[in-house]
Amino acid sequence: MFRIIKKESLNPTVTRMVVEAPLVAKKAQAGQFIILRVHEDGERIPLTVADYDREQGTITIIFQIVGRTTMLLNQLEEGDAILDFVGPLGRPSEVEGLKKVCVIGGGVGCAIAYPTAKALHENGAEVTVITGFRNKDLVILEEEFDAVSEHRYLVSDDGSTGVKGLVTNVLEELIEKGEQFDEVIAIGPLPMMKFVCLLTKKYGIKTIVSMNPIMIDGTGMCGCCRLSVGGEMKFACVDGPDFDGHLVDFDEAMARNSAYRDFENRAREATCNLFQKEVA
Amino acid sequence: MPNMSLKKVEMPVQDPMVRRSNFEEVALGYTEEQAREEAERCLHCPTKPCVSGCPVSVNIPDFIKAVKEGEFEKAYHIIHETSSLPAVCGRVCPQETQCEHECVRGKKGESVAIGRLERFVADWYREHADEEVLKPQENGHRVAVVGAGPAGLTCAGDLAKKGYHVSVFEALHVAGGVLMYGIPEFRLPKKIVQHEIDGLRKMGVDIETNAVIGRCESVDDLFDQGYEAVFIGSGAGLPNFMNMPGENLKGVYSANEFLTRCNLMKAYREGVDTPIQHAKRAVIVGGGNVAMDAARCAKRLGVEEVTIVYRRSMEELPARKEEVEHAMEEGIEFRLLTNPVRVLGNEEGWVSGIECVKMELGEPDASGRRRPVEIKGSNFTIDIDCMIMAIGTSPNPLIRSTTEGLETNRKGCLITDEDGKTTREGVYAGGDAVTGAATVILAMGAGKTGAAAIDEYIQAKDKAA
Repeated sequence: MFRIIKKESLNPTVTRMVVEAPLVAKKAQAGQFIILRVHEDGERIPLTVADYDREQGTITIIFQIVGRTTMLLNQLEEGDAILDFVGPLGRPSEVEGLKKVCVIGGGVGCAIAYPTAKALHENGAEVTVITGFRNKDLVILEEEFDAVSEHRYLVSDDGSTGVKGLVTNVLEELIEKGEQFDEVIAIGPLPMMKFVCLLTKKYGIKTIVSMNPIMIDGTGMCGCCRLSVGGEMKFACVDGPDFDGHLVDFDEAMARNSAYRDFENRAREATCNLFQKEVA
Repeated sequence: MPNMSLKKVEMPVQDPMVRRSNFEEVALGYTEEQAREEAERCLHCPTKPCVSGCPVSVNIPDFIKAVKEGEFEKAYHIIHETSSLPAVCGRVCPQETQCEHECVRGKKGESVAIGRLERFVADWYREHADEEVLKPQENGHRVAVVGAGPAGLTCAGDLAKKGYHVSVFEALHVAGGVLMYGIPEFRLPKKIVQHEIDGLRKMGVDIETNAVIGRCESVDDLFDQGYEAVFIGSGAGLPNFMNMPGENLKGVYSANEFLTRCNLMKAYREGVDTPIQHAKRAVIVGGGNVAMDAARCAKRLGVEEVTIVYRRSMEELPARKEEVEHAMEEGIEFRLLTNPVRVLGNEEGWVSGIECVKMELGEPDASGRRRPVEIKGSNFTIDIDCMIMAIGTSPNPLIRSTTEGLETNRKGCLITDEDGKTTREGVYAGGDAVTGAATVILAMGAGKTGAAAIDEYIQAKDKAA
């Protein structure tokens, strides 16, 4: 069992938890993830390591409440325990040798972009951060990003905070103004990563994306998380989750992520009803 | 006078029409009377050919004699001397190619039902005996085992019996390996696996789940923590695909994924959070036990048409005969001498069919089996909405890629000598991690060999010191 040390709400749909998991904390690095299971009949879901503290033996996770399992997870309070918590999984992000990098985070993807930006910053890179949200109520991790970046740009779909528009608008402006990035790292919803890649390909800038396919074991034994990268089959849990964005087949990845949509919708509705009943 | 019946005493089974819609065990096991009657068929040959056919050398005639005399507890202890998981082996061993293949009675008529008797004894003991597992006296030495499948568990059990303090590290959230995620409930009830694992725990074996060696700790870390030897029993869990167009369509599963969702995550049960596709027409590609398991699980999930597509003929089908018969009784279709060449999809990215080609058998290949050859122009399409690839697995590269000095062959299997010694001092390995995908009992045999070699290694070091 893995005890929740701290829990806080970052916005109405995003929660941060600090979890006691010494074995994971010992080796975790930016870009890696964990798999957790909330209860005995629960499913295994992957979440990125948002931060770690080797001395305290803790791992920070940040998750968006999107369906049954994240709702159940969000029901747990400080002092409660998560049933299973395994990691660190996947390959760490490659941050060595990069001098000037643009890190782009979309929505809750910012939780994954943050540790990568932090690792780059600690490695001496000049970090530009662009974060995008649907509206001002959903903005997360502003202070955290400020601490690890030289420049930060905030955009929102509806213009309620920062610049109105998409992360790609800001990126294109920066490139057009003559900013020269060694690499762009984009983390967020698949359509966002796809459009960032289409843009950077035009300018010939190497772009890394962190993929988020459906996973079960997370150790390479099932291939549920497989992707086409440069025409080859890759397993995101062991070969990734970071890949060269210009080689990823995003349309296939989007199709695969929708495989259980009906089941997920039913499970979410049932869980919503359950919690409403409990409250009433 | 022994029972000279040419046939085995039949074992009751669930009716095929009933069992194809539930996950309960198909074979129901012998009663005490049936077991004693079958035990009477053993001739107690002085040469004991059956024992030589058993990878862990169970003393078969002696345990059968005890069954004949109604001394079931004694029978259990005889088996347990050499086998750590008799309730499992009695169910899943391919006895027809092992112990029962050597049985003298098999020369004329059917061999003695050694597997069914082993299963009976283990089940009887679990249900009747007052089990007090004695914790052996610790000898002060620590050994780490990577992977809680049949190889690792057997190795851990043997070492614990000798007094070693053993820690087993398992990546998944439960121990058991393929016994838990792969082999379905209807062939091997999970509570039986857990019972046998609990027995190991009572003997003092630590089993740490959620521990992925190679990520959270390396093999070198284990030595740093004071383990004097490491046994790697990490299996061959990496699924193979055919690299044909359309394999990433929705509805295309590896057998490992399909079976993990089904068996480990219990996706067939109402109210469980892990989803699984409820298809109408499924094709399973492959002809091994894994293919049979996947096909029979699909049937039980309500798939109307389940078809096995296999590139050779019935003769070469590698699955156990009993499983193939059970599959056929349950209504699973077989399309033999057929090989898929392309997966077809619809506009939403779901699989809608597979294009196959007919095969004929040519000259024998290196493995001695006749090589299947495509019949040009024989292509045809099967309409499906689910496809399960059961064409084998390879060892996971995680441990070899994070451990220096551990050599592998070109298939990624760890290289060991006959005692299970790897190219790294103090590191032993066995099971599918060494052989590639094989059987439960061979993995157990390798775990046994590894445990003996580790004991010898540590004792020798002790003397030298």
